[in-house]
Amino acid sequence: MSKLKPQKEYEKTRSFRFQRWLGGSRDPYVGQIEMQPQTPMEMPELTIQERLRDSQAVRDKVYDIENNKKLNLFRRIYVLAAIVYCAGLAVILLAMVASLPPTGEANRPVNNEVSARYIENGLQETGAVNIVTGMILDYRAFDTFGESNVLFAATTTVLILLHMKKKKNKEGKVEEIESDRLLEPKQDAILQASATVLVPIIILFGIYVILNGHLSPGGGFSGGAIIGAGLILYLSAFGFEKAKKLFTEKLYKGVSFTALTTYCLAKSYSFFTGANHLESHIPLGTPGAILSSGLILLLNICVGMVVACTMYTFYVMFRKGDF
Amino acid sequence: MENLFRNYGEAIAMILFIIGFANLLLHKNLIKKIIGLNIMDSAIYLFLAEKGYIAGRGVPIVVDGVQSVEAYINPIPSGLVLTGIVVSVSVSALMLSLTIRLYRRYHTLDLDEISTLLKKEGV
Repeated sequence: MSKLKPQKEYEKTRSFRFQRWLGGSRDPYVGQIEMQPQTPMEMPELTIQERLRDSQAVRDKVYDIENNKKLNLFRRIYVLAAIVYCAGLAVILLAMVASLPPTGEANRPVNNEVSARYIENGLQETGAVNIVTGMILDYRAFDTFGESNVLFAATTTVLILLHMKKKKNKEGKVEEIESDRLLEPKQDAILQASATVLVPIIILFGIYVILNGHLSPGGGFSGGAIIGAGLILYLSAFGFEKAKKLFTEKLYKGVSFTALTTYCLAKSYSFFTGANHLESHIPLGTPGAILSSGLILLLNICVGMVVACTMYTFYVMFRKGDF
Repeated sequence: MENLFRNYGEAIAMILFIIGFANLLLHKNLIKKIIGLNIMDSAIYLFLAEKGYIAGRGVPIVVDGVQSVEAYINPIPSGLVLTGIVVSVSVSALMLSLTIRLYRRYHTLDLDEISTLLKKEGV
């Protein structure tokens, strides 16, 4: 049995620092870098009439064309210049298309030795029957890793921009934020009945598309989008109370972090052994079987999880601003 | 000129691109500007897909062990389109969330009104 360390001794260990970093209880930048002081914007509480009057005043000022000859002239010149610019660009681009080699012919310069190499050696080198999947998840896997990280960064930014803190009133109850959402139909019987049938089928189909990514059209991105659509349908039919049991912010963090880390480690191993001419010990399997093509299946699952979580989080953030 | 009609897919892609660009320039509403940018994205996907197409050949999925170049279309543009779609989704989400923040602050989507209000605040 291990002994429990006293608190002071524990604070010196590496695991304490790791826990602190994971929980985010201490901000290392506070007091270390110079920050611009920010004052919170104070918005006067206006009634609807006042707000309408204010916006009407702004509109009158901006679109006061009759009394502002300069503005009128500028508007006309701007529209004219935009149309002339677009027309000129159209002429240039269509002339470019007219001088391109004809579509559909095999001897165009696009169809060079790179695509020939992918088609002729792709199956032996990656093990994937679907050549496009073999290309994006094996030859150019770091590119796809970058894409997953772009999605993750976009979700993080949307979370920062649209996250709304719940207001608590005096009794400690969470106030419903006043918005159009209150007028939405709740507990719609037709929607709930059809969602009960459709949501499992949609999610199963998404899983099928992800798992067959190296055998048939599809893969992590399309399958993840299908699963995200199923989750969104479930949320629309049964409301936030039930969806919260299934999908929380903690789950989003965990799934994204796990998927991206797994992808990074698996592909780093593969690239490391490949660059140093080592044996990677990952069997390619028989082409056409589900468990084949090395790491591609694992990478497809990782990408699918990231995309599904991203789609659902976008929807939740745009609709409510909170999980 | 004859070549333009043979490359009709690419020509349509370029016309779509111009439509999206004109949307971006001429509309004052921020949401409509974002729609224009998305039309431009779609035009680029159509252009790339047309570039990879070869008449009379199949999708790049190996069937019956046939692995000659003569059997399949070019797989590289398909991969590029996939990359483009993912980046476009991220960029659209980012722009829409910024638009929502602007609307919460200024209660309007019109770009001219927003800039007038900004001038009034002295930014």
